[in-house]
This record gives sequence, C-alpha cells and structure tokens, in this order.
Amino acid sequence: MKAPRFSRKTLCIPYAVFLLFFVIAPMLIILAYAFTDREMHFSVMNFVRFFSDPSKLSTIVYSIVIALITTVVCLLIAFPVAYILARSKMKKKFVIVMLFVLPMWINFVLRINAIRELFNWIGILGQANYFNTVFGMVYDFLPFMILPPYTTMLKIDDSLYEACSDLGGNGFTSFARITLPLSKPGILSGVTMVFLPSMTNYVVSDMLGNSKVTIIGKFIYEYFESDWHMGSMVALILLIVVFVSTLLSGGFKSEENVRGANL
Amino acid sequence: MNKKALAIKCCKAIFIGIVLLLLYAPILLLAVYSFVSTDHIGLWGSFTFAHYAKLFKEPEILGMIGNTLWLAVVAALLSTVLGTAGAIGMFYSKKRVKALVHGVSQIPVINAEIVTALSLAVTFVSVKLESSLFTLIIGHMVICTPFVVLSVMPKLKQMDNSLYEAALDLGASPAKALFKVVLPQIIPGVISGFMLAITLSLDDYIVTFYTRPEGFETISTYVFNATLRGNAHTAETLSSFWALTTIIFVVIVAFVVLSNLGGRRKKEAKK
Repeated sequence: MKAPRFSRKTLCIPYAVFLLFFVIAPMLIILAYAFTDREMHFSVMNFVRFFSDPSKLSTIVYSIVIALITTVVCLLIAFPVAYILARSKMKKKFVIVMLFVLPMWINFVLRINAIRELFNWIGILGQANYFNTVFGMVYDFLPFMILPPYTTMLKIDDSLYEACSDLGGNGFTSFARITLPLSKPGILSGVTMVFLPSMTNYVVSDMLGNSKVTIIGKFIYEYFESDWHMGSMVALILLIVVFVSTLLSGGFKSEENVRGANL
Repeated sequence: MNKKALAIKCCKAIFIGIVLLLLYAPILLLAVYSFVSTDHIGLWGSFTFAHYAKLFKEPEILGMIGNTLWLAVVAALLSTVLGTAGAIGMFYSKKRVKALVHGVSQIPVINAEIVTALSLAVTFVSVKLESSLFTLIIGHMVICTPFVVLSVMPKLKQMDNSLYEAALDLGASPAKALFKVVLPQIIPGVISGFMLAITLSLDDYIVTFYTRPEGFETISTYVFNATLRGNAHTAETLSSFWALTTIIFVVIVAFVVLSNLGGRRKKEAKK
C-alpha cells in the first residue's frame, strides 16, 4: 500500500488543535464558571450580584470614563501626528514614524516605571491619581493610535486631493471629505486598541494611581484570588464587549497590525 | 513658498517635536540619572557606573533578566514554527476551514489580555495542571502565535503558486517543495512574525502573572512588584532599573539603526 500523500493542509492540524485546547476550551470553561455557583449548579446570581453592587457599578463607570478620556486624548494627539506625517512630502519621514514606535519596544512596565519616577520627581505621584493614570495610559497606548490611521492615510490616492483642489475645495473640505472618511477604518482600529486596554490593564493604574484607582481589569485580579465564578462573569462581560465592538468596527484588519512590524 | 505656508509648516514641526519630546522625556530622565550617584531623581551626585554594576551583581536581578530573555526566545521560536505551519495549512485548506481557524486565531488578538490570562489559568487548574514553565510557555504562545499567522498570511497571498506546482512536476517531493520553494518566498513574513512574537513576550505582564510557576520572575513582574512594595530596600533596586531601561533603550536604537542600514545596503546591492 502506498503511504498517504503528504498534503499541505495537514500542516494546519497542530495549530487547530492548539487553538482548540488553549483558546476555545478556556472560553467555554469561563462560560461554564460564569453561570454556575460554588456547587457548580446553574445560576445567574453572578450576573445579578455583579450589577446590583453599587460600589462595583461606580467603579465600572469610573473605569469607562477613564478609558473614554484616554481614548479621546490619544486620538486628539495621534490623529494630527498621523495626518501630518502621512501628508508630509519629507523623504525620510519613516525615521520619524519609527521614533514614535520605538519606545513601544521597551518593556512596558519599565516605561511606566519611568513615568512614575518622573511624577515622583515633579511631586505629583500620589497627589493626582486619576490624572496620573490617564497620563500613563495615554503615554503607553499612544503609538497604537498613531500607526493605524497613518497606514490608512498613506494609502489615500494623491489624485483625490488634486481633484478636490481643482474642483475648488479648500484644505478644510479635502480634510473633511477625503482624509476623514477614508481613514475611518484606521481610526476605529486605533480606538479599539486603546479603549480596551484602558479598561483592563491594571498595571498602569496600580503603578501610577497609587493603587487608589480601580479599573474593571482589577476586578478580575481580585476575584481570581477569591471567587472564580464572579471573575469568569466579569471576563465574559468583557469578552462580549470586545466582540460587539469588533463587529461594529467591521473586524480586525491584519494590515493595521501595530508595533511597526511592517514598517 | 509664501509666509503662511511656512508658518503652517513650522507649527506642524513644533507639534510633532513636542509630542516626541513628551514621549522620550521619562526615558531620557532615567538615562541621565542612571549615571548619577543618587537613589532619588532630583538629588544630584557625581558621575558613576554604580547603578549598572548593581545590575550585574544582584543574582536576583540577573535571574529575572535571563528569565525574560530565554522565555521570549523559546516562546517566539515555538510560536513561529506553529504559526507558520498553521498559516501554510490554512492557506491551502477549504474556504470554510480557513475561515473558521482564522476566526478562532483572531480571538487572542482582539481579546483583553486579562480575559485570555484568566481563562488559561482557570483551564489549567480545572485539568489539575499546576503552574509550571509549561503553562507559562503555552500562555505566551497563545498571545504570540496569532500574530505570527497574521504576518505570514499576506506573504502567502503574494506568493507565486505555480512555482510549487513546477517543483512537483520536476520531481520534488511535496515536503521538499515546501521547504525549497514555499518557505523562501514567505521568509520575510516569518521573520517579522518572529520579531513580533519576541516583543510581545518581552512586554507581557498579565499572562505571565497568571500562568507562571511560583517564584518565576520576569522583568515585568519583578519591576511591578518592586515599585509597589516601596520599602527602603527597594530604593536601590529601583535605581538599578534606570540602568536597565537605558540599556534596553540603547540596544533597541542600535538594533533599529543597524537593521535599517542592512536593509538599505541590500536594496542598493539589488540595484
């Protein structure tokens, strides 16, 4: 008998099995924990308990507000940077883009530590916890917001701008009618990449907020020590938020992959 | 160029400059103080290499740097092999299989890291798997491999498929054709996937925290704990982080400059 012919498709099997065991199964286990009580009976109490605790609710609101402010500030800084760089005729502009990406390659805890030292020096560490947290998050996540809009704007055909000015449009119209609509996918993927970590990455809020600022991600940490069922419920809610926002923003595009790997 | 255009140009340059300055200010502050004999930024002292010496004297600090590095290399290598094979397999699979695997592969990319971390930790405990280097490496592979797939996929799409068929017609075995024909065409994607995996692993705090064995420290976990403990003993440790940050920064700058020079030379050679 002939040995079965080697097929390129079979190369997929190890990865598929890996995903099954370490991505799909964990999600199902989270789902199971979220809807059971400590005796492993079906229960929706975790859901009810989480949303009926006023202190939890106020933290959620705070956390969402912090994430929103972080996202808006990031956008206000990053969008003009992306726009200026993308429209620039400079020959070596990739060097400047590189400069914006470079700090991301320093370990992020060390980077946050650097800001902590800076705050300590100025004397605002432990004084303005919410400001410090937002500042740190903006600092940390800014490059995520620069690259995606930049890459989408680079792809905009120059002839569109020429056509716009030929037809009597000024700088403002070309920005509002060409740049903004065409860079929307980049803006959206930047927003999701900043908003989500701002709600969940508690390393920044712990180190810069003097452990006084609690964000949603910190709940999971606290529940991990005490109550996995509640922890899983919080994780599940975050998971749903992620999927809804991904669907709304039209999915994740691989070419907007950040961290400058494709620069 | 008229005056107005020049003014706008200046404004743009100033804006970019200020943002860059803000981005680099904390790092430069540490870089300066890493050569000053003080444990508190703001207090001046004399020029010293003491902070750097501490890095190489403390076995604890050396250990956590070593852990971070080997973990990143091992996790990135495994992720690259798994992800490259997975991407090739997916590329030649039926549309529906491809869509399914690709969809699942995206989950760790878009998911909040803490959700991935918690789900893994809960899973490992559910199957009575104690936290070990195995669980830690699996954890890092879960966050790295999808990015390898994402970097390899575009190169597969650009590939000239007839070359593979030609190799088979000329008598090459499928495995040989894969290594000699397909792999060389997608190698840039594989390399950038590997680099991406390294940076993701080096940077990771959350997944590491939830899957690491007891007492295993990486730069992220060690620095996080040291800054939050905040007792007298750590003032010295903290100042050694200034040196560590500076070294990493210099290594990165050197790497970027060298790889750009290398890339340019290759391009010129091609001309």
